[in-house]
Amino acid sequence: MEIVYVYTKKRSEFGRQCNFSDRPAELHVDILPDISLAANFTVRDPCNVTVQCAEEMSEHEVNTERFESESRGINHVEGGWPKDLNPEDMEVTIRYRKKVEKDEHYQNTIMQIAGLMEHCCKQNNATDIYQEFFEEEDDEVVEESEEQPSAKTINVFRDPNEVKRTATSLCWHPDGNHKLAVAYSSLEFQRAPNDMSFDSYIWDIENPNKPEMTLKPVSPLVCLEYNPKDSHILVGGSYNGQIAYWDTRKGSQPAEMSTIEHSHRDPVYKVIWLQSKTGTDIFSASTDGQVLWWDIRKMSEPFERLVLDPSKKGNLDNALGAVSLEFETTMPTKFMVGTEQGLVVSCNRKAKTPAEKIVCTYSGHHGPIYALQRNPFFPKNFLTVADWTARIWSEDIKESSIMWTKYHMAHLLDGCWSPVRPSVFFTVKMDGTLDVWDILFKQNDPTLSLKVCDEALCSIRVQDNGRFLGCGSQLGTTTLLEVSAGLCTLQKNEKAMVSEMFERETKREKILEARHREMRLKERSRSEQSREDEGKEADGEESTEELVARAEREFFDIMEAEKKKEWNEERQREKVKDEKGVCEEKDFQEEHETNGIANAELVSYSDHVRNPFYFHNLMYF
Amino acid sequence: MTAEVEETIKRIQSQKGVQGIIIVNAEGIPIKSTLDNSSTVQYAGNVHQLLMKARGMVRDIDPQNDLTFLRVRSKKNEIMIAPGVKTI
Repeated sequence: MEIVYVYTKKRSEFGRQCNFSDRPAELHVDILPDISLAANFTVRDPCNVTVQCAEEMSEHEVNTERFESESRGINHVEGGWPKDLNPEDMEVTIRYRKKVEKDEHYQNTIMQIAGLMEHCCKQNNATDIYQEFFEEEDDEVVEESEEQPSAKTINVFRDPNEVKRTATSLCWHPDGNHKLAVAYSSLEFQRAPNDMSFDSYIWDIENPNKPEMTLKPVSPLVCLEYNPKDSHILVGGSYNGQIAYWDTRKGSQPAEMSTIEHSHRDPVYKVIWLQSKTGTDIFSASTDGQVLWWDIRKMSEPFERLVLDPSKKGNLDNALGAVSLEFETTMPTKFMVGTEQGLVVSCNRKAKTPAEKIVCTYSGHHGPIYALQRNPFFPKNFLTVADWTARIWSEDIKESSIMWTKYHMAHLLDGCWSPVRPSVFFTVKMDGTLDVWDILFKQNDPTLSLKVCDEALCSIRVQDNGRFLGCGSQLGTTTLLEVSAGLCTLQKNEKAMVSEMFERETKREKILEARHREMRLKERSRSEQSREDEGKEADGEESTEELVARAEREFFDIMEAEKKKEWNEERQREKVKDEKGVCEEKDFQEEHETNGIANAELVSYSDHVRNPFYFHNLMYF
Repeated sequence: MTAEVEETIKRIQSQKGVQGIIIVNAEGIPIKSTLDNSSTVQYAGNVHQLLMKARGMVRDIDPQNDLTFLRVRSKKNEIMIAPGVKTI
């Protein structure tokens, strides 16, 4: 029911000044309760009411502004000495002490508390209350647990500069893993803003507010590595192609830098310490196509150089740009280079001639190979991360990888094996996700996929204990993550199972490779044979195209002949039909059909002819 | 009397696992110590505050209660602190 109040006003009265007047209230509508309506409702009995006997709480979130804190220590100085005593004066203090010892109260107190102290000491010696029970059984218990693999962020280290740069490379401190060296640079071609800082930092993982040390190179560093033998020395490859090394005891400036004339011409993407007696050898790779060997004591020029020319002529123009390097200390004579073109080049250091240095190449990727690493447990197999996939290769199979992930939606930018589990490896993608793969558990999908941040993740490094990993993003944020215990403890039989898996896949690839080779051989032998046959014919040697053209011509001639024959037959049949009438139609149709089939055969034959394999057969007819 | 005190201290020192003993008076002055001076000063300075805090906590929870002993267990060792009895 709509409650409406209607009033009328004369048109001429519009716009007049309002004259208000008081009047008593008028009741316009009074809706009385209608008891009959109650019949439509029933009383609810019992009523369900929820009551909570707890404190009422509300959730609030507060975020404070970033607070910079510093750790400082206080130096204790002796105090408490009476005012007239000089604590530095030995004699006076000794005298004071002797005086106190003679005090009766002192002696009584000491006797009392000494008794207490003795009691506690004896208690300590009686049993070790902090003894670890079930320590040996711990290892087995962990394996049985069905915990979900997980990883959580422990700390986030942000680039303190205003202008954010990409964290292009990370390196853990070789002893203790308490420090993380991060190299910052902008890899976008000529897009680095003018006021971008060149500094790279060493972070203490306990303190994400301020980096422990700053490294100030001449040009932003693209890669950074600690010397595994001497943890004070770091070497960095910079954007302008120079190599520099730092001694953390000596300060933020590089201890020495390579000369520009002999350095790389492009950013140095990877630098690795070599195993040598002096512990001062490094080698570096860059997209200018060279791999250079340096001794850090003499940075004026490299002591060896290799040009990545696949034609083995040492021609720099043909060279492939190197984007990643791989070196395993257990195999000091071999090393591998991942190139921009998607090839992995395996090289031998000890080869006599530069041509022999490049042993073989592995192809299969479509884009630059950002990461290349041998499996720490099975050095014959290595992982490459490039374009949208990660692939596992076996050294013996050069044509393709033995295992590979599916093509993802985003580019994969870096990856590494877990140092404790042979079946686990980590990859990071351009959309900011970290994937943990366990090939024994699942091959199609990552075992764990975590979104770490919104921008692209450009680098990842796992600590030697396999538990912590750091990943660097495009905006310079380095995230420290801890993975669950299941992903960093060696499962039983894991090594055997992984080795079996690799062997199985390698065998499969070998068989496929052998098949391919066979097919190619067959093709080659057939083409040779057909060329011999043609030699007998009057035409002499013809090229493939000519052969194909001839086959086509002959085929079309046959087709035309057939068509004409059919047409003539049809015309004849029509004449017969006109004469014989409808009852002949059936036969006619049948004939048509068979002719139709014949046509189909001819058509499929034409497909065959197009195929170069099969035209040879035609020749023999 | 002093001989007894000395003897008691020696006895505690000879217990297995005891690295050193420091006796500190109410003002915080280390009276006797078997460790070197710098460590003594460090321990003496820190222990006083800790003791005050611990005692305060115990009495806060129950005013009739009092702190008799304090053990600080760390990764490498254990510091055992016995507060002196305060007589009015």
